[in-house]
Amino acid sequence: MDKLRLRFSKTGRAVYISHLDLMRTMTRAFLRAGCRLKYSEGFNPHPNISIALPLSVGCESLCEIMDFRLIEEKELDDILKSLSVQLPEGIEALEVYGAERKVKEIKWLKISGIFEYDERDAAEMTEKLNAFYSRESIVISKKSKRGVGETDIRPAIKEIGFAQEGNDVRLDAVISAQEPTLNPELIADALRQLTPETAPDFAKFRRLEIYDENMEVFR
Amino acid sequence: MDKRLERILPKVQKPARYTGGEYNQIIKDKADVDIRVAFCFPDTYEIGMSNLGMGILYSTMNELPYVWCERVYAPWGDMYEEMKKANVPLYALESGDPVSEHDVLAFSIGYEMAYSTVLDMMDMAGVPIHSADRTELLPLVIAGGTAALNPEPMADFIDIFLLGEGEEMNNELLEMLHEAKLDGWTKEEFLKKAAQIGGVYVPGFYTPILNNDGTIERFEVADGAPETVQKRIIADLDKANFPLNPIVPSTEVVHDRVNLELFRGCVRGCRFCQAGHVYRPIRSKSPELLVEQGKALLKNTGAQDITLLSLSSSDYRHLSGLCDGLLEYCEPRSIGLSLPSLRADNFSIEIMHRLQKTRKSGLTFAPEAGSQRLRDAINKNVTEEELLNTCRLAFEGGWNTIKLYFMLGLPTETDEDVLGIAKLANQVLHTWRLYAKNKNRGVRITVSTSCFVPKPHSPFQWESQNTMEEYIRKVNLLRENIRAKNVVYNWHDPQTSYIEATLSRGDRRVGKVIENVWRAGGRLEAWSDYFSFERWMNAFEDAGLDPSFYAHRPRAKDETMPWDVVDVGVRKAHLWHEREQAYKSELSPDCRKQCSACGAAKLLKGGKCDG
Ligand code: SF4
Repeated sequence: MDKLRLRFSKTGRAVYISHLDLMRTMTRAFLRAGCRLKYSEGFNPHPNISIALPLSVGCESLCEIMDFRLIEEKELDDILKSLSVQLPEGIEALEVYGAERKVKEIKWLKISGIFEYDERDAAEMTEKLNAFYSRESIVISKKSKRGVGETDIRPAIKEIGFAQEGNDVRLDAVISAQEPTLNPELIADALRQLTPETAPDFAKFRRLEIYDENMEVFR
Repeated sequence: MDKRLERILPKVQKPARYTGGEYNQIIKDKADVDIRVAFCFPDTYEIGMSNLGMGILYSTMNELPYVWCERVYAPWGDMYEEMKKANVPLYALESGDPVSEHDVLAFSIGYEMAYSTVLDMMDMAGVPIHSADRTELLPLVIAGGTAALNPEPMADFIDIFLLGEGEEMNNELLEMLHEAKLDGWTKEEFLKKAAQIGGVYVPGFYTPILNNDGTIERFEVADGAPETVQKRIIADLDKANFPLNPIVPSTEVVHDRVNLELFRGCVRGCRFCQAGHVYRPIRSKSPELLVEQGKALLKNTGAQDITLLSLSSSDYRHLSGLCDGLLEYCEPRSIGLSLPSLRADNFSIEIMHRLQKTRKSGLTFAPEAGSQRLRDAINKNVTEEELLNTCRLAFEGGWNTIKLYFMLGLPTETDEDVLGIAKLANQVLHTWRLYAKNKNRGVRITVSTSCFVPKPHSPFQWESQNTMEEYIRKVNLLRENIRAKNVVYNWHDPQTSYIEATLSRGDRRVGKVIENVWRAGGRLEAWSDYFSFERWMNAFEDAGLDPSFYAHRPRAKDETMPWDVVDVGVRKAHLWHEREQAYKSELSPDCRKQCSACGAAKLLKGGKCDG
């Protein structure tokens, strides 16, 4: 059968399930749903599934994508229905459809974030954050496998804005999803490095939508 | 989710084990229930979620409509620190509510090294650790599990011990507690009535009176409480509740598979083995039911591995048919079927051939002792010939990794017996040389030894443990004599075994030692990451007790043991007889050959075991 795509959300308690654990969780949910996944050939066969753009632990998402193949023909609607009731709390199946476009074509991610300040004024912080992110270039040091390096995160941010939301500051942004991948955490990290007085006491993020290069919604 | 937790969780290792929310968890509306149970496992999530007993009782307790039973595990060190810093009390996974809001803290204590974690969990929940300081009816602290079969070391902390199998007993207690809560009974009133339920031991009603030498003269039993408490069993396992919808962890746990229990009890009667005696009498499940349950479990969890559990799976009468029935379902779905605790005999190899068609992972056998003489003394009914024959079949069948487990310090052991281990390993190697199908792949034989811990309710409950020095001497003897490069020798550290020996046969005074260890920061002591021998030694000293008194002292035949209040079915006289047989190096027949009237059959209505 052709390659299929599941769109799902991951919120609430499920955000702490790691990428690797999510693969296993999904495999089991498919088995329970009576959808038999196609396995890889070879010595140690494992189901051929892939979840695009690994999500960091703690981050919510309304737009996750997983590609898979089944060993038998099934109605797309039936797959969605049977899978829906088999998922742990916080993971919701939204849509199942034929995977036509390549995951590589995903370029932009729309995200939101909540920046919490325990003792500082949200209105004031909002203003400062907007001012900070209006810079042309934001160079931070970033740990990678090769050691600590410098990177400019600003070009990976297409749009960004902050607004007060009660005692918190809300972030809305469109950032580069791959090549380069911008981990939303870096938006808060940059503050910790460059203007610690505006760095939040806690920040959390949520993926809202994925787009291609032309800002068309990716499916 | 709790705001404080939201900030902590991204900082700790494997946060998914602290969140709940897994598939098949049981969620109830707290407004609809009268009794909330925090089912506490004094070790990590990964260990606790692999525990079959806990899964069963979680399900049976939740069958009561007025009860909501939730899971609680001990956080790993990093999470523990963060929770302390942020003032987050211990909470239950399903609701996220603090344990202090629950009516019952129910501990499942499988091993002694978890004792200090029990105290720590109470403290993290904000519950006073001493039973005497909890004067109200609620929260009630109860405990069960194998380590509870000598309840005395934890007697000062636990209100009620539930001895034996809990499926029925737990719910009888909860039913009574329900009435007590609604009618406003005092704790004293409740405990008095609860003591009448079979299997319930209320330590507060039993006062040990000591002799001058520290041994127990007798127990003073409060009015109305039974002289001894008989453990409970489930007579008919086919009719017992067995959950077919276990929780599916969203993160990796120790045994990431579903468990199917073939039978309880054991027909063998190895003299060092506590489990083989305390779980008697043997009761098995029908193969048809097992196949059905196995399939349902796999369907309902999506698990890709299933394990057949029991003390000695080869003794299950219908093993072959059962495997066939399950394989029919598993094979086409690439589901793995595994069978631990096999005996070293031909039949086992034949079964393993069927199970490990493609992947020949290692084989593990536990001869326990190196010489035939000592194997006879411990009633481990396996001959060298059988073992070597099994190895031959294994090597011919393409296996090339064999693990052999032994104990050092068994009663009657001589250096000759110790050297027998090296000899046996060499013979296994020789067998490989003679019979291996493909020698190019090499062979790996692993010999492991641990220091024997004498356990309550076993024929060796009177015996002294080897000192650590003696154990190390034997280890060195063995090291010098295991020379072949294909034979690897691993030995367990004797320190944990020593502490375990002091706790497993401890009396009520040992509670103070456990408390001292906990106060000095001791928790998760079963983990080498956290175990501190020095802390235990200091704790004994501060309590004014000599650890050697518990571990190394041989007991007199008629000594009153701390656990004599607990009747597990097997008579003390039978245990002593078995001990004497050991000193004569004489075997006793297994239950199927001939019943030796151990006493366990009295727990069954008909009075006859499935022998
Ligand atoms: S009563 Fe007999 S058959 Fe039953 S467990 Fe004891 S020895 Fe074995």
